[in-house]
Amino acid sequence: MLDPAFLLAQCISGLTAAMFLFIVASGLSLIFGVLRVLNFAHGSFYMIGAYMAWQITHWAGANSVSFWIAVPGAALAVALLGGIVERLCLRHLYGRAELYQLLFTYALVLILGDVARIVWGTQQLTVPRPAGLAGGLEVLGIVVPHYNLFIIALGPAIALACWLLLSRTGTGRMVRAAAYDREMLAALGADVGKLYTLMFMAGSFLAGLGGALVTPVRSIVPGMDVDIIVEAFIVVVIGGLGSFWGTFLGAIIFGQVLAFGILILPGFSIFAVFVLMAFVLVVRPAGLLGRAVKR
Amino acid sequence: MKADPLARRIPWAVLVFLAAACVPWLGSRFYTFLATDIAILALLAASLNLLLGYTGLVSFGHAAYFGIGAYTCAILMKSYGVSFALGLATATVAAGACALLFGAFCVRSSQIYFSMLTLAFAQIVWAICFKWNSVTGGEQGLSNVPYPNLGWMSSLPVLGGLRAGDHYYLLVLILVGLAFAVLKRIVESPFGSTLTAIRENPERAEFVGINVRRYQLAAFVVAGAFAGWAGALFGIFNRGVFPDFAHWSKSAEVLIMAIMGGIGHFWGPAVGAAILILLNQQINAYTQYWPLILGLILIILVFVFPSGVFGAVHSGLQRLRRHRHA
Amino acid sequence: MLSARDIRKSFNGFAAVAGVSLDVPAHGITAVIGPNGAGKSTLFNLLTGHLRPDSGSVAFEGRDITGTAPYAICRMGIGRSFQHTNIFRKLTVFENVRAALIAHAGQSHNFWGRSAQLYGAETAQILNSLGLSDQADTVADSLSHGNQKQLELGIALASNPKLLLLDEPTAGMSATETREAIRLLERIVIERKLTLLFTEHDMDVVFSIAQKIAVLHQGRLIAEGSAMEVRANREVRRVYLGERQ
Repeated sequence: MLDPAFLLAQCISGLTAAMFLFIVASGLSLIFGVLRVLNFAHGSFYMIGAYMAWQITHWAGANSVSFWIAVPGAALAVALLGGIVERLCLRHLYGRAELYQLLFTYALVLILGDVARIVWGTQQLTVPRPAGLAGGLEVLGIVVPHYNLFIIALGPAIALACWLLLSRTGTGRMVRAAAYDREMLAALGADVGKLYTLMFMAGSFLAGLGGALVTPVRSIVPGMDVDIIVEAFIVVVIGGLGSFWGTFLGAIIFGQVLAFGILILPGFSIFAVFVLMAFVLVVRPAGLLGRAVKR
Repeated sequence: MKADPLARRIPWAVLVFLAAACVPWLGSRFYTFLATDIAILALLAASLNLLLGYTGLVSFGHAAYFGIGAYTCAILMKSYGVSFALGLATATVAAGACALLFGAFCVRSSQIYFSMLTLAFAQIVWAICFKWNSVTGGEQGLSNVPYPNLGWMSSLPVLGGLRAGDHYYLLVLILVGLAFAVLKRIVESPFGSTLTAIRENPERAEFVGINVRRYQLAAFVVAGAFAGWAGALFGIFNRGVFPDFAHWSKSAEVLIMAIMGGIGHFWGPAVGAAILILLNQQINAYTQYWPLILGLILIILVFVFPSGVFGAVHSGLQRLRRHRHA
Repeated sequence: MLSARDIRKSFNGFAAVAGVSLDVPAHGITAVIGPNGAGKSTLFNLLTGHLRPDSGSVAFEGRDITGTAPYAICRMGIGRSFQHTNIFRKLTVFENVRAALIAHAGQSHNFWGRSAQLYGAETAQILNSLGLSDQADTVADSLSHGNQKQLELGIALASNPKLLLLDEPTAGMSATETREAIRLLERIVIERKLTLLFTEHDMDVVFSIAQKIAVLHQGRLIAEGSAMEVRANREVRRVYLGERQ
């Protein structure tokens, strides 16, 4: 008989993982929705966000506020990096075949991975949990760290904030228009160039934010960029490329499959996730909430 | 290459093949090792190009079929004592069969979804290699894969003095050469023209009476089978098979080889494979930051030589010719 | 020869084709006219299998082809061109037509023959009849717009169709080009004993060659008949010709 406390623990750990993933993957989805570029370097931005968070807490010293400076600081630094990449390079590839955009972002993965290795070395780095969230909450005999609860609350808050921005602001409307029909954008009189830069920065911001937030629970290591990008791809593809709520749904499904896959097929949870992705794509080629996009 | 009539009349492929056959007599174990590596990966890259350059399908999971070929042949030869010829044939068929199974789903999606689906299936293959300890050896892979019995080569007059590695290299060279000849024949056939038409305009291709999905699937199977052929050869060359063979980073590496050489030309990917492997060797001797260098090379490639080395040389020659005529 | 029975197609609640029945008589020239957005291209896509009608049926030579895949419809003997010129852009003019000939001959699965040795004469003959022989080795993308339209016609002819559907064959052409293209078209239809169904925005063209005209307006057929009958139709004058005068 399965222990309800164990099930709850699995569910919560799955949900925490899902919210981290959602924060990162929503940025990937946003960029794809508007720019139609599948950004391999998104995971690298996440990694840079984590390293930047470590760096800022390191500079700020061990005090109760350093983490709360580090998180937005790291996310902004990554957004800036994203802006530079878009303006200097990616911009020149929009008219070209998809393959070259992918190749370029893959080149960034290689470069940023080594740059991080040169700057921060190959040793594991850790960031302590922020002072206010170091404790835990006891439910059914298991202890759920406060930080995990914070993340589980933060995920939907970010989702809601993004959704409000997308549905209530003029820029948001353009973003949604772009996701359905690119040609409409220019017809609406949008400054497409500016919108692209802005969205790439916003997407990168989310990647950096995810990277910074994850530092108290996972150590920062080289290779974390590649691990997350594969997971984020799966989440976005399951939910439907460019679909915002699809990404949210995809992340939750991913987290639960990962958490409970261990029960059914021990050691095969990666396998389960790829099977899930293949299954979703076979049944619904555009993802769960995706629509066939007009090019 | 349509550079000029003289260059076209020289049978370049045959010359390169003959030159490659001389490598064992350079006497260096290392050169033979490099040449084997290049020959096999050149074939893998060329098989990917059947999809990429000829059919217009971007597969992110081509290494899966390479891995399936390598594992099939290695398991048969090591665990069941099957002969090399049968192992190679079975590996090719197995890779083609898996390509048929996965491809049937993949070709139903287009563009980026096609790519993601090929990636998903490839990662499933990788996960199976990684976890199915009793058959694939799991994370550690299978080592000590036996060499085929090439003792008969020692009794031949010219080949007698060579090492076992050299003998295997010559076998690889013949088998890869054969595969290239068949591939070349395929791309120049009506089937190849059909694939090119699909690449150029699937909608129009459909309305000259081509069942587009079926031909995309056929290309996927043929490419998968050749990848399996290359994989079987590679597993034995490597004396072992590992989950990495099927990993997506391997698929990315092959994709880069193909694009680096130039996907617009039959020999482009093979040239790309040679360049990438040689560069890797050279640069690894100086620095551990090979990914950084590769990333910079890719950026130059994307912005300066988008049609690859072959494309750049081709347009360079054309410009030169126009200059001479002017 | 081709007949549509009450076919309908809606996109997100917008009825692009709202119940059209149309008969295309054999060996004749039939035109579908109508203002922009009347549903002409949707109608064509329904006839050739690119879209599946929500209801209604399409029959070709007495066989029901509703829901049949485009490639299969093409093989039955229907050729078509598209409104946005649809050719194999990076292939040469010669290769464009040859690719279509290979498909028509059922050679697509032949992976051991040599394309270079196949259908040279047949390709040359088609190019010759279109006046494209001089450009055989030109890459299709660098042809003039008018020549690209002709090339697309050549691709369609390569599958030796009995029925040819042309979507705006003279779109984007100058007056002179249009006249030449129409003369060419008329000649080919007679030579090959084709049935032609086409859409067109140029009324002079339509009235000069079409034996039967169908007028589409807001997804419905509002008139059908000879040039004279259509010209005389009050409804047509109101919704269509009225816009012009």
